[in-house]
Amino acid sequence: MAVATSARRCLSAALLAGAALFGTAAAAPAASAETPTPTADAPAPTEAGTSFRTATVIRPGQQATAQASTGDYLYWQFPADAGQGATVDATVELPGADARHGESTWQLDVYDGLRRRQACRYGMQTRTAAADADTVELSCTLRTVRADAEPWSNDPLPGAYYVRLTTLHTASADAGLPVEAAVTATTTDAGSAQDVDGSPAAPLVQGSAARPEPDGGWSSGWWSARWLWTAAGAVLAALAGIAGYRATAGRGRPPHVPPSV
Amino acid sequence: MIIRWRLAAAVCGLLVTLTGGIAPATASADGPATAGTSAETSKDAPKVDLVLDVSGSMRARDIDGQSRMSAAKQAFNEVLDAVPQEVRLGIRTLGAEYRGDDRKVGCKDTRALYPVGPVDRTEAKTAVATLTPTGWTPIGPALLKAADDLEGGDGARRIVLISDGEDTCQPLDPCEVAREIAAKGIHVTVDTLGLVPDAKTRTQLSCIAEATGGTYTSVQHKDELSGRVKQLVHRTVEPAVTPVPAKGTDSCERAPQLKPGLYTDRETFGEHRFYRVDVRPGQELRASVSIAADRAVNDDYGVQLRASTLRGREIVRGEATGDGRTDVLSTGLRYPKADDGGVAEDADGEPVPETVCLRVSNAFSAPASVKTEPGLPVELSVAVVDGPDAGADAAFLGLGHGWWFLIALTLIGLLAGVLWGWISRWRVTVWRTH
Repeated sequence: MAVATSARRCLSAALLAGAALFGTAAAAPAASAETPTPTADAPAPTEAGTSFRTATVIRPGQQATAQASTGDYLYWQFPADAGQGATVDATVELPGADARHGESTWQLDVYDGLRRRQACRYGMQTRTAAADADTVELSCTLRTVRADAEPWSNDPLPGAYYVRLTTLHTASADAGLPVEAAVTATTTDAGSAQDVDGSPAAPLVQGSAARPEPDGGWSSGWWSARWLWTAAGAVLAALAGIAGYRATAGRGRPPHVPPSV
Repeated sequence: MIIRWRLAAAVCGLLVTLTGGIAPATASADGPATAGTSAETSKDAPKVDLVLDVSGSMRARDIDGQSRMSAAKQAFNEVLDAVPQEVRLGIRTLGAEYRGDDRKVGCKDTRALYPVGPVDRTEAKTAVATLTPTGWTPIGPALLKAADDLEGGDGARRIVLISDGEDTCQPLDPCEVAREIAAKGIHVTVDTLGLVPDAKTRTQLSCIAEATGGTYTSVQHKDELSGRVKQLVHRTVEPAVTPVPAKGTDSCERAPQLKPGLYTDRETFGEHRFYRVDVRPGQELRASVSIAADRAVNDDYGVQLRASTLRGREIVRGEATGDGRTDVLSTGLRYPKADDGGVAEDADGEPVPETVCLRVSNAFSAPASVKTEPGLPVELSVAVVDGPDAGADAAFLGLGHGWWFLIALTLIGLLAGVLWGWISRWRVTVWRTH
C-alpha cells in the first residue's frame, strides 16, 4: 500500500513540476520574442554611420532614421545572440519625383561581426524603384544565429551585425539628392530546436568604436529549453517505468515475511 | 518494504529537484557590462575645414531666388551657431581674391579665411560676411592646403568642400589630389557639396568624395545646404576608432608582426600582402579585412583573407566577391587554436605561440584610364580572444528535444519498468519455490 501511496505522491509532484516547467517553457519564448526594452527611453538614432568603423548602434525593435544623400553608404549595427533569428527592414524615402531623372536600385546588405556578408533566407534585398516611386522597401531575414560553428563555415555567430544600405544604380543626375532612410532590426527567438552545442568565448564584436550588446547582456550559453524537454522525458520515463513495474511485478513479497529470509 | 519506499521517494525527489531546479537558471551576462565605447577611440579634438568656392560663378542667383554666395553665407552662419564645442573649425576659401586672367596666379588663389581652431562665432561670421564672388576655381590646390590646415593630433579630420563648378586649374586633377591626401594615411575625409551642379561638376565632386571615403551631396535649396554641413560637422564628433598604419610585405618571412587592433594599409590591384599574428594554444584569432574601391573599378571583384602556417599550409580563409557599385568589400576569418596540452613551452613556462601568416589579396581590376597608384585602402582588424568551447555534439550539451524524444524516453522507461517487474516477480517465484 505504501508503495502505491508513494508512487501517487511522486506522480503528483512530478506532474506539478512538469506543469510548472511547461508553463515556463511556453512563457519563455513569448517573453524573449518581443525583445524587452528596459531602456526603451533611449531615443532611436537619427544618424547613420558611414563605414564599419562608425556604424551606429541600433537596438533590436527600434526604428533608426537617417537623412542622407543618394549614393551615401549608410551603416548601422545591432547585436544578435545565439538562438535568435534577425530580420532587417529598411525603407528609403526617395526625393520628389520631379527632382529625379530615372529609376534607382537600392540594396540592403547584412554583415556579421567579422564583416562577412550574410545570406538572406528571404526578403527583397535589392529593389529597383521606378522614376516616380515615393519609397523603396527592402528586407533581409538572416539565418538563425548559432552558438558555435566551424571556423571554415560562414554560419552566423553571436555578435554585432552590420547593416549597409546604399544605392547600386541611379541616374547620374540623381546622385547626391537628399533621401531619408529608416531601418529596423527585429530579433526573434528561434526555439530550442536550433540550439547547438559549444559556444564562443566572446561575441564577434571588433573593429568599430561602438560595442553593441543585447539588453541583459550576451547569453552565458547555459540555458536552453532542451533542458525542459530532457527533464520532461526523464519524468515520463520514470512514470512509465513505475507503471510498467506495477503492471508486471505482481503483489511482491508478502509483508509478514522478514526480509532476511 | 521501507527500502523500496525510500528508493521511490529518492527517485521522486531527484526528479522534482531536477525538473524544478533548472528552470530559473536562465542566461546571465558574461560580456562587458556596458554598451559603451572602446578605449581605442581617439582623444584629440576633431578638426573640420570648410572649403568654400568663392569663384565668380557663385554670383548666379538660382538657389531659392538667392545668389549661391548668399545662400552659402547664410548656411555658414547657421553652421557656426551649431558647431559643437569640442570641434576645431577652420574656413578656407578658393578663388576669393584674384580677379585677373593669369591662370598661374588664379590657380594659387586659396586662403585660410579662419584658421582651424576653437571657434569664435562673431569673428568667424564677420570673416565670412566679407566674401564676394571673384575668381578661379582652384579646387586641387585648395584641398592640399586644407589637408595641411588639419595636420596634427589624432582626432577625426574632415574637409567639407562646397563648390558650384568644375576645377579650372587642370592638369592638376583634384580627384587625384584627394586620393593623394587619403594615401598620406592621416585619415582625412573629404565631403563635397555641389551647388546646383552640372554633370561635370557632379562627376568631379563625386570622384573627390569617393577617393577619400566621403560623401557627395547635390544642393538645390538653401536649407539642404546648412542641414547637410551641420550633419557633416557633427559626424566628426562621433567616437571612431583610428586605425594604425601597417605595411604588409610580399612574403610571410618579412611580414610585420601585428598585435590585436585596427590597421590600415594600401594594396594595388592584384597584389598580395602578408602580416603575422601570434596565437597561443586555447586562443582564437579573429581577423577581418575591408578593401575600399576608392576609384572607378570594373564591375566584378573579390577579396581574400587567408591564414596559413609559417610553412605555408592553409589553415582557414575568408572570401568575398561582389559586383556593382560599392564602397568596400570585406571578409573575415576565425582560427581557434586547439589547446591539446602537447605544446612546447618557452623559458618562462608560457606556451609558445603559433605564428599565423595572414595574406590579404584582392581581385579588383580597373579600366586602363584609371591610375593604380597609390593602392586601394585596406583596413585590417585583428583580435585574439579566448578560444571557444567547441561543441562535442550537434545538439545543445547533447540534450534532447521534441515529441519523438519524449515518446522514445517514455517507451524505454516503460520497457525498463516492465523488465524490472518481471525480474522481481521471477525472484518472488524463486523465493516461494524455496
